[in-house]
Amino acid sequence: MNVMYFAWVRERIGLPQETVKTDAATVADLVAELVAREDRYAAAFADVSALRVAVDQELADFDAPLAGVREVAFFPPMTGG
Amino acid sequence: MQVRVQEAVFDPGTELAGFATGRRDIGAVVSFTGVVRDTSGDLRHMLIEHYPGMTERAIGKIVDEAVARWSLAGALVIHRFGTLPPGAPIMMVATAAAHRAEAFAAADFLMDYLKSRAPFWKKEVTLSDAAWVAAKDADEDALNRW
Repeated sequence: MNVMYFAWVRERIGLPQETVKTDAATVADLVAELVAREDRYAAAFADVSALRVAVDQELADFDAPLAGVREVAFFPPMTGG
Repeated sequence: MQVRVQEAVFDPGTELAGFATGRRDIGAVVSFTGVVRDTSGDLRHMLIEHYPGMTERAIGKIVDEAVARWSLAGALVIHRFGTLPPGAPIMMVATAAAHRAEAFAAADFLMDYLKSRAPFWKKEVTLSDAAWVAAKDADEDALNRW
């Protein structure tokens, strides 16, 4: 699965995207797996209420299922316009 | 309907002059241009990051909804990314409709949704600092108007 990070999430984790091998059932499970890896992930995901997630390029919730999903992206609330 | 996500600068006047021309069913054209503002007094530039792929999809959905809701005859969204100096145009929306109420409302709707639902992130780089612009609660609240 392709996992992408944007804005300060990208800066905290230190990379824009990576391929993650996972059996996580939901976004929240994937976050738990990443947090357990290294401190920089724990720092980025310390407060998930400050984060948004997109599943296959559609905004989703942290309890969204990951079966069949190819791409997950984490980022702060958007500031377009 | 036209959506452009680009790094290159654009000229709002030229864009507007070419927008929704040659139609006889349009009574109103509304446009908005967002410009890089120096809020701190020492802004070096604005850095705009986006999510290629999702950006075009998300804007396309927002535009489709505006077109359907206000029976627009035309809609244009241009949004830039990259390094933008103070005073540079960031983005532009234009709407064309039979009447001004629809054109204004659709442009307002597009702006509210582009602000909070299009995957862009702004970073202000000043002479002494660099900080991501935080989303405002008011921006999220604005979506409830629609």
